[in-house]
Amino acid sequence: MNLKLKVWRQRGSGDRGRLVEYEAKNISPDVSFLEMLDIVNEELTRKNVEPVAFDHDCREGICGTCSLMVNGIAHGPRRATTACQLHLRHFKDGDTITIEPWHAKAFPVIKDLVVDRSAFDRIVQAGGFISVNTGGVPEANTIPVPKRTADRAMDAAACIGCGACVASCKNASAMLFVAAKVSHLALLPQGQAEKKERVQKMVAQMDKEGFGACTNQYECEAVCPKEISVSFIAKMNREYLKSSI
Amino acid sequence: MCFERLKSTVGRKAVMAVSGLILLLFVAGHMIGNLQVFLGQEALNSYADHLQSLPVLLWPVRLFLLLVLLLHMAVSISLAWENKTARPVPYAYQDTVQAGYVSRTMVVSGVVIFTFIVYHLLHFTFGTTHPQYFHLTDSKGRHDVYSMVILSFRDLWVSGSYVAAMAVLCAHLSHGIQSLFQSLGFNNEKSRPFFEKLAIAASIMIFIGNSFIPFAVLMGFLKLPSGVI
Ligand code: FES
Repeated sequence: MNLKLKVWRQRGSGDRGRLVEYEAKNISPDVSFLEMLDIVNEELTRKNVEPVAFDHDCREGICGTCSLMVNGIAHGPRRATTACQLHLRHFKDGDTITIEPWHAKAFPVIKDLVVDRSAFDRIVQAGGFISVNTGGVPEANTIPVPKRTADRAMDAAACIGCGACVASCKNASAMLFVAAKVSHLALLPQGQAEKKERVQKMVAQMDKEGFGACTNQYECEAVCPKEISVSFIAKMNREYLKSSI
Repeated sequence: MCFERLKSTVGRKAVMAVSGLILLLFVAGHMIGNLQVFLGQEALNSYADHLQSLPVLLWPVRLFLLLVLLLHMAVSISLAWENKTARPVPYAYQDTVQAGYVSRTMVVSGVVIFTFIVYHLLHFTFGTTHPQYFHLTDSKGRHDVYSMVILSFRDLWVSGSYVAAMAVLCAHLSHGIQSLFQSLGFNNEKSRPFFEKLAIAASIMIFIGNSFIPFAVLMGFLKLPSGVI
């Protein structure tokens, strides 16, 4: 199939960035979105044009590195699917596809479609962990966790930190990400000791990084490749307000 | 709760929710009070007279509501400004999956509602816009609120603007009410659909209840008592 691409090109954080048109010709509908970009890049290299920089790692939908805004939707039109797991069969021959990086003040563009998401790392460093003493590994199952609680904690822990929530939010808010991290630890017994401190510090860091505030439109949940529920945002709000009283 | 924590994004969302809830309760109470217009001139005028005869209570409540309204507006402006600056470069191709029109235009609907409140106060509280209806008195010598309402709403432009403002308020509340449960952390997967429905039902009730008064005047269901003009 043949596609017309409008790709965001930006030399670095100082550059303004613009959309540049490319053709993707004779592409098999079975290739993934990233493979299609690989093919386009090979063609560009042959023509002595600088290839388009984009982020990727596992290409299996588990690492959260790929980060493409496809036609205005984070990770493209498929629900619960990362850009690397999106296949071209979901597009029509002759389609025009606009590809942009995540746009947010807290995610500065490094180059083209690659953004710096270390703001997320700093939020996790602020409190998204449990402090344990080193020593022998404790016996598994010594601390009982009810199945339902364990399941909910796992639902929150499914977050791969890709940043699609920030990218899709009209306020570039990171609340779904922070809520997932706060909740998964707050649900488990191991996370109880630092529960109050954690939510306070993580929210403070989130604000410091320049993310916006949630206006409860739930675009984040709709684009999240791991379908993290916005109920976790309510949980984070609850934890934050309780720990502030 | 210390001020530092209220200033965070999560803290300010909670302030929006609590102040919004107070204003919502006032709107509901105000509507129930006004619906006494259907009980006739005597009921409405004596209700208004009762409120006016308690200045010790009336003024603190008015002042409190004004402060809550100003807080609701100030915090929303600060949040909206930060939200805007959180994305300095807009997307060339803009699309949304599910965010509705109403939720994206809360600031606009808020400004419309504020303008309406100013007009509404000038109209019925200060008597600036329709002074000719403001100084009527009933047979017991009380301020004749009943006749003032009916005479005012006979003007199509006045009733039309009230109904339009109530439609905007209804839209604002339909997002606001469901948001307040989320922002204060009462939501979970099971309660969210319920609160969403509750928000829509409550805002439609407020729209119908309030709009019914100008509608009834225009349709002639509410008539002037004999002896007025
Ligand atoms: S590259 Fe790992 S999730 Fe897409």
